[in-house]
Amino acid sequence: MASPSFSQSRAFPILLGASTFIGAFVALEVLLRYGVVNKYVVPLPSQVLMSLERIVVEENIVGRMRDTAWEMFVSCIAVIVLGVPMGALLYRWQPLRRALLDWVAALAAAPLVLAFPLFLVIFGRSATTVIVMSVITGLAPIVIKTTEGLLGVRSVLINVGRSLKMTDAQMLRMILLPAALPVIFSGIRLSWTFVLISVVGIEFLINLGGLGQLINDLAERYDLPGTYGAIGFVILVSVIFFMLLERVESWLRPAR
Amino acid sequence: MAATGQVKDFTATMGWARGGRSSLRSTNLIRIGLLLGMGIGWEALSRSGLLFRDVVPSLFSIWAAIWKLVMNPAFYANLQVTAWEIFASLAIGGGLGVAVGIILGANRFLGAAYEPYVYYLAPTPRIIFFPVMIMWFGVGVASKIALGALSCFFTVALSTAGGMREIDKVLIRVGRSFRATPWQMAMKIYLPAMRVPVLNGIRLGFGTATVTALLAETKLSNQGLGFMIMQIYSRFDMPSLYGLLIIVFILAGVGNLILGKATGTSA
Repeated sequence: MASPSFSQSRAFPILLGASTFIGAFVALEVLLRYGVVNKYVVPLPSQVLMSLERIVVEENIVGRMRDTAWEMFVSCIAVIVLGVPMGALLYRWQPLRRALLDWVAALAAAPLVLAFPLFLVIFGRSATTVIVMSVITGLAPIVIKTTEGLLGVRSVLINVGRSLKMTDAQMLRMILLPAALPVIFSGIRLSWTFVLISVVGIEFLINLGGLGQLINDLAERYDLPGTYGAIGFVILVSVIFFMLLERVESWLRPAR
Repeated sequence: MAATGQVKDFTATMGWARGGRSSLRSTNLIRIGLLLGMGIGWEALSRSGLLFRDVVPSLFSIWAAIWKLVMNPAFYANLQVTAWEIFASLAIGGGLGVAVGIILGANRFLGAAYEPYVYYLAPTPRIIFFPVMIMWFGVGVASKIALGALSCFFTVALSTAGGMREIDKVLIRVGRSFRATPWQMAMKIYLPAMRVPVLNGIRLGFGTATVTALLAETKLSNQGLGFMIMQIYSRFDMPSLYGLLIIVFILAGVGNLILGKATGTSA
């Protein structure tokens, strides 16, 4: 059997996407060098690339990443610690679920992050504000997905647990949570994505802490290559974080 | 915001289908009880002196602040600016998102080449692009519109591309057998067939555009509801801050509900 031609292979679209991306940067470099695009608004892509080393060396990127990672870590743990039990509670008590689930869904759609000035008053301009705000922003998806996951557990598994006279706690620990794990992790992925957006966004808005503040600092200094480089760096971190979460989610999925 | 769609889809399936009128009554009773409990708890905390009084202001003072805000012409002037920013963001970002979504969804090769970029850029924090938007479009309304458009573009494009791939192949073959032009295919086959995913994407895009435009206003602006929030914050007028946030949440909820009704996916 003949092997598929290169244009039909899976690698070709990936190569095309990557080469378009690189081609756009080369075209921008040429346009900027010939003065078609204003250099005072868009820096040369080569300058942006070179600024990355400067950002790493001079702007304490390791320390800033550590600050952001710490806020992320605390927020991500907190959304699980709070969100999964809340979801389990809504699963356990149907009247409460019927009364509150729509409200939780409305919270997921509400612009909660806009309440950051309120939390600045309560907690001051500190990492606590970033963490509390991010936890509130990321809580709704995990609550809803936990409830969804637990409701989706096959009744045969629940009946097995009942026939073994398991207590509620044993049922939750040994049957419900393991069976619902893929859906719960889907909620964790959504929540952690919300948390990442919120942590970096609030750091940027209140000019505090890690990577978000770095962009703000560089923009206020009108360091164009540095600002673009830092934005690129944050995008790279977000994409890697998101890809890792997806990888874990797909790893969990076959267990269902 | 991508989560919102999944969240709403799930809650929509829960509904009241399993219960009758009595369960609806008990649900409403629980809700009223919870609201009353929270209200009484809040008021008790406010009057207890345990916390700084301005941090937890009385519900009566918040209500008075809301009344004062809705009677203030400046509120409507700022609301108009924010509404315009969100509308323009949706029109630009949503329009581009639909166009790009159709292209990526219709052509498997282009989808494989470019959709991963859209997919992986979608969950990045868009507010960090604000300094770039200020450099490109200035500190006025245009930079907020550009940022809002950028925010909702990804959501709408992904939703449209997904909807495009799920169109019944029979409909496409019917269009081709009638030798429909690309424009006719788009207007007569593709767009009507994927009304729901497109509107759903626009509803989600509305959410992201609203949040991003308002956040951008809080960062650097001299008009809009986000600017108003920061003004009130700088005066340390807590009842008004709570009041304005409640109004903004209600307005965003109403906007979301209207778009949800249009798509038939509201919870």
